[in-house]
Amino acid sequence: MNILNLFVIIPMLTVGGILLTKDLKQSRLVSAIGMGFQLILSFVLVYLYLKERQAGNTAAMLFTYDALWFPSLNIHYALGVDGISVAMIALTGIVVFAGIFASWKMELLPREFFISLIILASGVFGFFISLDLFTMFLFYELAVIPMYLLIGIWGSGPKEYSAMKLTLMLMAGSAMLLVGLLGIYFFSSPDPHALTFNLIEISKAHIPIGMQRFLFPFTFIGFGILGALFPFHTWSPDGHASAPTAVSMLHAGVLMKLGGYGAFRVAIFLMPEAAHEQAWIFLILTAISVVYGAFSAIVQTDLKYINAYSSVSHCGLVLFAVLMMNQTAMNGAIVQMISHGLMTALFFALIGMIYGRTHTRLINEMGGLMKVIPFLGVVYVIAGLASLGLPGFSGFVAEMIIFVGSFQHTDLFHRVITIVAASSIVITAVYILRVVGTLLLGPIKNDHFLHLEDAKWYERISTITLVIAITAIGTAPYWLTDMINYSLVPIVQKLSSIQLTSLY
Amino acid sequence: MDYTYTLFIPLVPLFVFLILGLLGHKMPPIVAGLIGTLGLGLSAVLSYFTAMNYFWTSHVPETAYTSIKGFEVEWLHLTEKLTIHLGVLIDPISVMMLVVITTVSLMVHIYSIGYMKGDPGFYRFFSFLSLFSFSMLGLVLATNIFQMYIFWELVGVSSFLLIGFYYEKPSAVAASKKAFIVTRFADLGFLIGILMLSFNTGTFDFQTLTDPHGPAIAQAGGVAFMGMSVLTWSLIFIFVGGAGKSAMFPFHIWLPDAMEGPTPVSALIHAATMVVAGVYLVARLFPVFALGAPDALHVVAWIGGFSSIFAAVIACTQTDIKRVLAFSTMSQIGYMMLALGVSGYGGEEGLGFMASNFHLFTHAMFKALLFLGAGAVIHAVHSNEIGDMGNLRKYLPITHITFLIACLTIAGIPPFSGFFSKDEILAAAFRDNKLLFAIEYIVAGLTAFYMFRLYYGIFWGKKTHYHHTPHEAPKVMTIPLLILAFGSVFAGFLPFHNLVTSDGKSFESHIDWMIAIPSVLIGVLGIAIATVMYKSETAIPDKMAQSFKHLYKWASRKFYMDEVYLFVTRKIIFRYISMPIAWFDRHIVDGTMNGIAGITQYAAYSIKGLQSGKLQQYAFVFVSGTVILVLIFVYLV
Repeated sequence: MNILNLFVIIPMLTVGGILLTKDLKQSRLVSAIGMGFQLILSFVLVYLYLKERQAGNTAAMLFTYDALWFPSLNIHYALGVDGISVAMIALTGIVVFAGIFASWKMELLPREFFISLIILASGVFGFFISLDLFTMFLFYELAVIPMYLLIGIWGSGPKEYSAMKLTLMLMAGSAMLLVGLLGIYFFSSPDPHALTFNLIEISKAHIPIGMQRFLFPFTFIGFGILGALFPFHTWSPDGHASAPTAVSMLHAGVLMKLGGYGAFRVAIFLMPEAAHEQAWIFLILTAISVVYGAFSAIVQTDLKYINAYSSVSHCGLVLFAVLMMNQTAMNGAIVQMISHGLMTALFFALIGMIYGRTHTRLINEMGGLMKVIPFLGVVYVIAGLASLGLPGFSGFVAEMIIFVGSFQHTDLFHRVITIVAASSIVITAVYILRVVGTLLLGPIKNDHFLHLEDAKWYERISTITLVIAITAIGTAPYWLTDMINYSLVPIVQKLSSIQLTSLY
Repeated sequence: MDYTYTLFIPLVPLFVFLILGLLGHKMPPIVAGLIGTLGLGLSAVLSYFTAMNYFWTSHVPETAYTSIKGFEVEWLHLTEKLTIHLGVLIDPISVMMLVVITTVSLMVHIYSIGYMKGDPGFYRFFSFLSLFSFSMLGLVLATNIFQMYIFWELVGVSSFLLIGFYYEKPSAVAASKKAFIVTRFADLGFLIGILMLSFNTGTFDFQTLTDPHGPAIAQAGGVAFMGMSVLTWSLIFIFVGGAGKSAMFPFHIWLPDAMEGPTPVSALIHAATMVVAGVYLVARLFPVFALGAPDALHVVAWIGGFSSIFAAVIACTQTDIKRVLAFSTMSQIGYMMLALGVSGYGGEEGLGFMASNFHLFTHAMFKALLFLGAGAVIHAVHSNEIGDMGNLRKYLPITHITFLIACLTIAGIPPFSGFFSKDEILAAAFRDNKLLFAIEYIVAGLTAFYMFRLYYGIFWGKKTHYHHTPHEAPKVMTIPLLILAFGSVFAGFLPFHNLVTSDGKSFESHIDWMIAIPSVLIGVLGIAIATVMYKSETAIPDKMAQSFKHLYKWASRKFYMDEVYLFVTRKIIFRYISMPIAWFDRHIVDGTMNGIAGITQYAAYSIKGLQSGKLQQYAFVFVSGTVILVLIFVYLV
């Protein structure tokens, strides 16, 4: 049996298991076991993948599996992974696992909550293992829909508004995406009877440049909305602010990565000519995202808003690097996705834990928390330092690869825009230190906070898992970058060959 | 000779950091202190061994010192050409820095066992000190500029953690934030410089970069922008990073505030080691500067020269003893920068290079001594203000003597070490640029003046009534003072011109008495004026302040640089950039999205009447439609 099928089967079994449970204790246990398996499986996949590569398997996609499920449109359930998707799967495994422990005390409708959460997770896993665009889209929707329920039911604040806004904006993205994907389908082969949704086969065909010009913006923006592309990012602050902890973690941690991954794997990979032509527009938009998100974060006072804007900035960097379209920058984009996924999940987990104790998320109302909850305080500082790109943590590695990669372009436009994006490292430092200074350091402002309890064991599991992952990438990045680099080679080859033949 | 073992010089503090960071809270404080100190002691022993070995034992006399890679491993592969390595580079300046860092750090560790006694964050303090030592050692041992950048950032964060050590004090938190952000801003320049340099030379490696026949220097020619080459621009950007860490004008504003940290930290980080990282950076890339981009070197010289006089003037007016020392540090680092800036490459031309490193070495000893002495004083009187002190020489005899030695050293009085190193700098400046030379002469006088103003203010002067009789610090604190005093006195006799030179070859260097005698005289003059004004309480200082009212006011307010920065950050960035952006995002961008939703909803409401479910209405519409169609068909077709 193909190992990739397990990534969809285990969540299904877990959902089935949760249906049999009666209360919070049982359902969270079942979820933790199921997602624990999933986490182990992710790392087994990494191991098997590396072993296969070492054994000399040079195919672009490994562990492929194919089943036709809608013959008239030639839609397959086609699976396969390369180094990039393996890395994203590992990220998802970690974040989902940490997310379960972060919702250990979900008192309201726990079964339904965990079921929705795991359906969301299975959508994400399915997305990363799919090779068929239609199936991929299906999994994408599977991940987005539970979001509405998760925010609308278990959220806080203006949750109905936020849930509606988030879902509608993402649905608008899906609609654009559907146009793009169908367009790609109809031009996937010169022979009208051999049309296909298979990513690898389409990449061998050549979509006419006129069509690309039309379809590329649809596909890119469609994915870009999920990746918080300026000016389509406004669902993110409201959505995150209202979402329960684990949902924020999963959403910012992995769901937003679907946008970056899709923009790169579908939009740019399949339509390289149009990507080259139109990159400048989107580069400007993403550079704006990077700086604008960071500046907006400076003046926010709600922890979740700060982190949501910070995500806009960091995810902007992902799309920015993808659009640089060279090996190094794209490698940086993938590492940045993983790094941001882990960091932001950690942030949201911590914010949830702090909120659970202080019942406020406004930094002005808190202060000196380091003294009362040192464990959470220290981890928050670590997350902050990772987020502002301190060496030793994953953020630094990702940012440096991106900047060095972007700087390989020799023209002035790319140079200037790289420097603009790089300036975010200073602005990020400003808002991170502002939060750390106001929230954790200084005297304790409110007497109610004098006797808060520090992290519980399940909260420690959640945060420590993420901290370990962040530090592991930060101190030993080569295994990750090598794995990604290997799989980037064919993609970059395609991009560069086309650039030479058809544009110049 | 195999230098692989030097890897352990930075790694031991790293292990200590991890041990103390993870398990420190479970240890009795003294154990944590001892682990930290012993770990650093081990690094120090290894460093001394390396220095002995490199400079003397395994060095063939009459040959040039070469740079040796003791260890190197690939860390991250970036592009086809560019790969980040981590490793250990052994050459004269890195070995010298090893000695400086481990010596001062060890002294500070020992001293802190006494100074921090009873502090609830005792183990945290030692773990941060170890983190800092690790980062700083990694920085100086870097084999390539990217490794340096990595450790550069780590040094920055350890400085942040240590400045903000008393994290319940809002002023300490603000100071740590300021230090981090200002240096981070400068680091952006460093990063851009690295990107430019590495793109154009295809390497990060120091040995390749600084090779006089290597690609970096060979490509030096050509004009790129505003009359300067790409290499010049990239070096200027890199220097911006150095200027940030080394508190050169206009990035100096973080340094005085950084004095919020515990005093041993000020001695280690903000006097002897981290703040000279910028000097080290320029020295590390010196052949590229000197041979490839002389224009960039002029920038270094002038920034250094200006910073030195700027800081010296401010130091004359400050009343917080640590801030006087902070400005003095800035001034002395300006000296070092200037010396590098006026230096040439190779042989005697490289006098400035040698002088700069020499001064770095002696300065580390005497400035650490001054800070630790100031710490002992603060420990005794529980205040930083000069106004709360006086007549302490009777109560703190050891501190008094060692402080006096340090003051004489920094004032450049022979035979103390500062005299020798400062004299070499003046000689180098004299050869290259008379104006800078004149500035440094004035600074020499000012230095002597403000140091003795400080000295008299603390140890002589008015009789202050103390609530508790001040008492001398415990031995664990005074012994480091004595060791550093020993270093301050005798470090000047080290033959630096044989050891640390721009091209590794030794050259002949003599004291130029034509320069030395006037410089000693101006130092003595500064001391004399300070003696008249401050030895016993007189009205002269107030009169002086009156007659130079404006200058005094400006200098005591540090020339309003803080206000300028506050204006930029509070007003411009916060109020005129961030607030409007946040507003724009909420009201325009999001407003548009909500607007679209609103229009959709409005449209839905408007046409919803068509689906009312009322049969009469449907029938009416149906009939009217039919009638209209019939009429159209009848009359128009």
